[in-house]
Amino acid sequence: MKILVTVKEVAAVEDDFEIDGLSIDERYLEYDLNEWDDYAVEAAVQIAENADEEVEVVAATIGPERSEETIRMALAKGADRAVRVWDDAIAEQTLFDVDAKVSVFEQVVADEEPDLVLTGVQAADDAFGATGVALANRVGYQWAAVVNDLDYAAGDETATVRRELEGGVEEITEVDLPAVLSIQTGINEPRYASLRGIRQAQQKEIAPHDLSDLGLDAAAVDGALELTEMYEPESESDATIFEGGAEETAAELADVLREKGVVGE
Amino acid sequence: MTDVLFVAEHRRGDLRDVSYEGISAGRGLADALGGELHVAVISGEVEAFAESLNTPEVDTIHTVDAGEEFDHDTYAAATEALHAALDPTALLLPNSVNGLDYAPAVADSLGLPYATDAVDMAYDDGLTVTREMYGSKVETTVDVAGDQYVVSIRGGEWPAADGAGDAEITSFDFDESSVDDGARVQGFEEVGGGDVDISEAEFLVSIGRGIEEEENLDLIRDLCDATGATLSSSRPIVDNGWLPKNRQVGQSGKQVTPKVYLAIGISGAVQHVAGMKGAETIIAINTDPNAPIFDIADYGIVGDLFDVVPALIEEFN
Repeated sequence: MKILVTVKEVAAVEDDFEIDGLSIDERYLEYDLNEWDDYAVEAAVQIAENADEEVEVVAATIGPERSEETIRMALAKGADRAVRVWDDAIAEQTLFDVDAKVSVFEQVVADEEPDLVLTGVQAADDAFGATGVALANRVGYQWAAVVNDLDYAAGDETATVRRELEGGVEEITEVDLPAVLSIQTGINEPRYASLRGIRQAQQKEIAPHDLSDLGLDAAAVDGALELTEMYEPESESDATIFEGGAEETAAELADVLREKGVVGE
Repeated sequence: MTDVLFVAEHRRGDLRDVSYEGISAGRGLADALGGELHVAVISGEVEAFAESLNTPEVDTIHTVDAGEEFDHDTYAAATEALHAALDPTALLLPNSVNGLDYAPAVADSLGLPYATDAVDMAYDDGLTVTREMYGSKVETTVDVAGDQYVVSIRGGEWPAADGAGDAEITSFDFDESSVDDGARVQGFEEVGGGDVDISEAEFLVSIGRGIEEEENLDLIRDLCDATGATLSSSRPIVDNGWLPKNRQVGQSGKQVTPKVYLAIGISGAVQHVAGMKGAETIIAINTDPNAPIFDIADYGIVGDLFDVVPALIEEFN
């Protein structure tokens, strides 16, 4: 069987940063594998490792050449190969919206014909939280969103998942395959890439595709959402901030705790 | 075609808060468009839900009597059928866990632009949605092209509608035979029992990513011992397996309302704040002066927890 994992290189922003027009100045960004996708990769690799049959894990990403460094992390952790899609038409988008992403991944699914697709619940940067379910709908797969427990063995025709609802309640759902599952953090413990894994990843294929390779044209990724402003949210803080060294501020905090009556003298 | 359709949400017999907040969001947009606000409620005790949703802001409530609980196939099919019947300008859905499980499919099936997790909306010859990126570090505005669109709205961002209205309540039938059965809900389970109920604690010391390593939790345990506080945490600590799920405060963890909530090394992501904003007094210790936790804190220390916490323990020993 084949498992496709969608992965994304996302930018983390430093505590102090500056906005340059409609983006954060590059100096304040640090790139990494999207946290949710890391758990999705681990879930896929665990299925492959525990399987009695051959399971191929393919990582698919939409990102510029720079992102190959990050995608190699997924390969180092056990994905067999990767597909990377990029195109000038994608680079021109101010905000690469859900429909555009799904149009690209729809073609990747058509090429790869996976039995199971795992995605992260959301990406840490644009935070749409919609690609997995929209993709499932587009390609006619079943789906489940915000999965924090997965009971599935390679070759099974159904997966039993737990969906993490608000307020400490989980929904248990049985999903037929082929399916797309969006994976929540905490579902497993993502492994660190071993040195051996990192070395092996250098030999694995990251196949670059542009839109025409996928039978698409620029119109397919011409999204309906346009980013028009980016700014730091105004602080609404009216907190009393204790100034000074650790001992001084701790003493003031201790006084508050005593005043509130939650700690004895 | 100037109307707004909002689909309410309920679970295990209760309408969720976002159902009333969505009415306020929907009313605001409908007024800007010059149209009516339609609210739909799907599955469960729809008549009783409709009575409760009948607030002054609503023009029409559509009840869809199909199944008991949320099932994404039923919700998607019913919502698409309602959309076809009403042809609204805007379809609003909650950006909840269940919203995440069907709204993207609906938007895709309808072939409409989809803006997720809106914290505000404005209409002036076109829809502009305000949303956050990079873990709430920046806010953005996004123009949505087209005459019709789907928007999922974040809970807690609009006031909850209340009071009695005189909306028309009408039953809506759709072809249930078209509903797929490929994902079947088997049941629900409460999680996070265990020995301690953090929702009962008067004083919570809560720890987040700032603790860096599991071994460093001992420092926080020492603080709890010295002050008699109960230890809780934000999501990443539980994800790492450093504390059990019953210690997690937040949207997907426990809702807590202690007398004092001391947040240490917690940035204050919206999902965490949803679980603790009801605390009487909120105190934050964080190195980042711009961390969102300070927006809701009553008292704060901008500093390194590894300096401040030992000094605080010293105060009580």
